[in-house]
Amino acid sequence: MSDELKINVEGVGELAVDEDGFIEDPGKWSEAVAKHLAGTEGVTELSEDHWKLVNYLRNYYMEFNIAPMIRKLCKETGFNLKKVYELFPSGPAKGACKVAGLPKPTGCV
Amino acid sequence: MTDNVKKHETPLLDELLKGPWPSFVKEFKTLQDKKAVANDLLGQLEYSYKTKLGYWKHGGIVGVMGYGGGVIGRYSSLAEMFPAVKHFHTIRVNQPAGWFYTSKALRTLCDIWEKRGSGITNMHGSTGDIVFLGTNTEELEPIFEELTKEGFDLGGSGSNLRTPSCCNGQARCEWACYDTMGLCYDLTQTFQDELHRPQFPYKFKIKMAGCPNDCVASIARSDLSIIGTWRDNIQMDQSAVLKYASDGLDIQKIVVMNCPTKCLDWNGKELKIDNSNCVKCMHCINVMPKALAPGKDRGATVLLGSKAPIIEGAMLSSVLIPFIKLEPPFKELKDVIGRIWEPWAEHGKNRERIGEFIERVGKGNFLEEVGIDPVPEMVKHPRENPYIFYDEYLEDE
Ligand code: HEM
Ligand code: HEM
Ligand code: SF4
Ligand code: SF4
Repeated sequence: MSDELKINVEGVGELAVDEDGFIEDPGKWSEAVAKHLAGTEGVTELSEDHWKLVNYLRNYYMEFNIAPMIRKLCKETGFNLKKVYELFPSGPAKGACKVAGLPKPTGCV
Repeated sequence: MTDNVKKHETPLLDELLKGPWPSFVKEFKTLQDKKAVANDLLGQLEYSYKTKLGYWKHGGIVGVMGYGGGVIGRYSSLAEMFPAVKHFHTIRVNQPAGWFYTSKALRTLCDIWEKRGSGITNMHGSTGDIVFLGTNTEELEPIFEELTKEGFDLGGSGSNLRTPSCCNGQARCEWACYDTMGLCYDLTQTFQDELHRPQFPYKFKIKMAGCPNDCVASIARSDLSIIGTWRDNIQMDQSAVLKYASDGLDIQKIVVMNCPTKCLDWNGKELKIDNSNCVKCMHCINVMPKALAPGKDRGATVLLGSKAPIIEGAMLSSVLIPFIKLEPPFKELKDVIGRIWEPWAEHGKNRERIGEFIERVGKGNFLEEVGIDPVPEMVKHPRENPYIFYDEYLEDE
């Protein structure tokens, strides 16, 4: 198929992503991958707050195999929604989850 | 479309051109020469008809910076055969309240969309939005920038407040019991954050109808239905009633016999209304608009919970507030909206609509959380099962 898309991460090599740029295999995630993906979502530098959010998402995902609901995310990180969008301007689902290497959240219309 | 691309043959779709009704095939074909995307859209659909299979992937996540909703991402799984529809994202654009446009505004929208998308629109989608069908990921930011420069904004999608929508109310209709367009605009502005940044368990729709005719079908299509009503007497002009009778209207058969609560009485000379039993169905007013009109003490009934079937079956909204006055700045209503969001956002399951949530936790518990007292108008239908024990019974024992 034509939609075998790849990204090239320095020091890691090629990784398969889907058409929205989410990595296909969450097991291949690393901090270097996160930095690369952040660049695709308009985040040039990952601050301590970025990492707090990303690590929260990853830990939640490892434990429950699903992304947390947004309200839970805000409560447990202490970031309000405005802050989340300041950190990841494309939002928690498209931005933060992608950078954290989670599988694409189920699409909703 | 470039010359070396062949127009797809569409013998099966062409069947849909036959007959007296409008056809989307005809509309798409007007763009087929100009737009590769229209050509490939027809090609893929024809192919679908042949193989009897669908080729759209579901569930893309695309969007614009700052917003978590407004764009519905879609991809074709036949991108090699139909490259122009490889991406086919939909953009929801917030419609003006009541769908009033100047022709200049329409031209502006169409120009942006013809330049940066397929040129195919749906005016309007079931959410009420202007729907732009079919564009690429790279075009999203430029479209957003051009739309906002012209004063437009994206609508809602995903688990957020969907673009509020309303009937054209007082702008055109003497039955409007409150300013639907004013309220719709106000709520849209007030809840911008909820509209653009998903924060609920699932979608939440608000629709506003000026009277119980409910031209926007809010009672079936919105989680929160705000339907105009009155609490005094129907206004009546007896001489106009007599005129309807002398013009040949069979008032007894057409009006009186069809009143659902049988609260009308007609003796050939005078129409009487037992207003205390009128359920504001609008029937008599619809039949004799020159003689009857909604009362003067006007406001709205607020109802909650309707949805279309996806996981659970379809539901209609049911009464939350029997009567509320609606005057700017609509403080009481906004306050209630905030209070009903709270328990649902806190305890709702992923993808659980508020109507389903209320069924699950029980209306009593829900009302307690929201701080609204139960009233008889909230009863959906009379009790059928005598083997029900109420809390008081249990406490007594
Ligand atoms: C034979 C093929 C098709 C049939 C029979 C069909 C039928 C329908 C029907 C019955 C409706 C509901 C109309 C209403 O209640 O207002 C509808 C809505 C719609 N259709 Fe189609 N359609 C077809 C193809 C398409 C295609 C190819 C597209 C897009 C490229 C499309 C996009 C839409 C949209 C956006 C709506 C509005 C949805 C909404 O308002 O909820 N349709 N269609
Ligand atoms: C299993 C497949 C699908 C299901 C269950 C589904 C379900 C739905 C539902 C429930 C809505 C209404 C959402 C709302 O209330 O906002 C909707 C809207 C829509 N869907 Fe789908 N959908 C499917 C596939 C697709 C595909 C393949 C496409 C396009 C290629 C598509 C395009 C749209 C569009 C454009 C709308 C918005 C219509 C409007 O706002 O008027 N859907 N879909
Ligand atoms: S819902 Fe009532 S007020 Fe609104 S347009 Fe329809 S008839 Fe008029
Ligand atoms: S509005 Fe409906 S219920 Fe009320 S009097 Fe007229 S027909 Fe009867």
